[in-house]
Amino acid sequence: MAVQQTAELIKEEKKNKSVKCVVWDLDNTVWKGILLEDEHVTPFPNVVAVIKELDSRGILNSISSRNDHDLAVAKLEELGLLEYFLYPQINWNSKASSIKEIAKLINIGLDTFAFVDDQPFEREEVTFEIPDILCIDALDGEKILDMPEMMPRFITEDSRLRRQMYQSDISRNGAEQEFQGSNEEFLATLKMVFTLAPAQEDDLQRAEELTLRTNQLNTTGYTYSYDELNAFRHSGRHKLYIASLDDKYGTYGKIGLTLVECGEEIWTIKLLLMSCRVMSRGVGTIMINHVMNECKRAGRRLQAEFVSNNRNRMMYITYKFGGFNEVNRIDDLVIFENDLSNIQPFPEYVKVNILD
Amino acid sequence: MTTDSLTVDDIKARTRAFIGKFFKNIELQDDEDIFALGFVNSLFAMQLVMFIEKEFGIAVEDQDLNIDNFRTINAMADLVKGKVL
Repeated sequence: MAVQQTAELIKEEKKNKSVKCVVWDLDNTVWKGILLEDEHVTPFPNVVAVIKELDSRGILNSISSRNDHDLAVAKLEELGLLEYFLYPQINWNSKASSIKEIAKLINIGLDTFAFVDDQPFEREEVTFEIPDILCIDALDGEKILDMPEMMPRFITEDSRLRRQMYQSDISRNGAEQEFQGSNEEFLATLKMVFTLAPAQEDDLQRAEELTLRTNQLNTTGYTYSYDELNAFRHSGRHKLYIASLDDKYGTYGKIGLTLVECGEEIWTIKLLLMSCRVMSRGVGTIMINHVMNECKRAGRRLQAEFVSNNRNRMMYITYKFGGFNEVNRIDDLVIFENDLSNIQPFPEYVKVNILD
Repeated sequence: MTTDSLTVDDIKARTRAFIGKFFKNIELQDDEDIFALGFVNSLFAMQLVMFIEKEFGIAVEDQDLNIDNFRTINAMADLVKGKVL
């Protein structure tokens, strides 16, 4: 297995500390001049290009600016830039505290942030408060796109849509907080559509990315390279499914992956994972139930592997509560078996599309 | 015995209150199968297990993670009682 190889790649990525979010100052960084002194400030065209390119690479943009909030927001809207920024912090607080707030709201680590400002004083203050952050002089703005930290290993459809997916989540969370009924009733209002299909070649980059990025909702943590995944597609002894989820707010993208090894007598679920973004959507068991149905139809026994990583207990519970019983345990590896006597129907609050 | 039965009632009341947040408008009986009321949702199952652990200060081991131990309020009360008493 190329686990070793992939692990090396992960280390490599860590060393390069890939940036997930770039936080921008506004005055004399995004635009030329100071907004409070000149309401006709014009943006630096090269900076606008950088922001848009980062966005399409799946790197998020945000703002930490000491400015008049309403005035700056109106200006950003006028310039057609507002939509590119997640959780912009425009206030009179320290920039470091604004960046910490953004990290909390997006729910990603501060060590995945970069900060761009024309003022050395601001960059120093931020570096002092957040030593792991990458601070960039606005003068070097043009070089940003060529920095290794700003180059994801690959860019998938899901990376291109990442910012919009976060924005949809903001709307959903707001709606959920205001909703008065039960959780299931709320889920029904989302009009979710869950699509499960055999992975196609152009799904494989995303599939590999999912095996690398997913920890909590991952049954075994096995990672597979693009080539290995592609081999499974053609092997005839494997089934590789990829799942996507959409609702009335937009798409969540490709959020689930399952690999089944189809033996003569026994089918084994080697890997089953879901993106944490769909944790509260009640769709986790759909993939398992589909495999159970297929296995029963094929007249085979169904087993599943599980390896604890101390963060994936929810998947252990999912298997156990889904009628899987432990039949073997070898060190950290648990082997489950399901006798397929009781297969739950799909939940009513989501429409399930199974493609062949 | 009085203290024991009080404790069990307490366990049941707190568990019922927790589950009530997920299944609104349902008068849940102690022997009613909660998994028959709706789809077995992984997040709900996880939250239920974590609630039991935190609320009653016990560790639910892998071998306890059997759906029959969580199927009814009675079953959960038995599980907790077996651990705290």
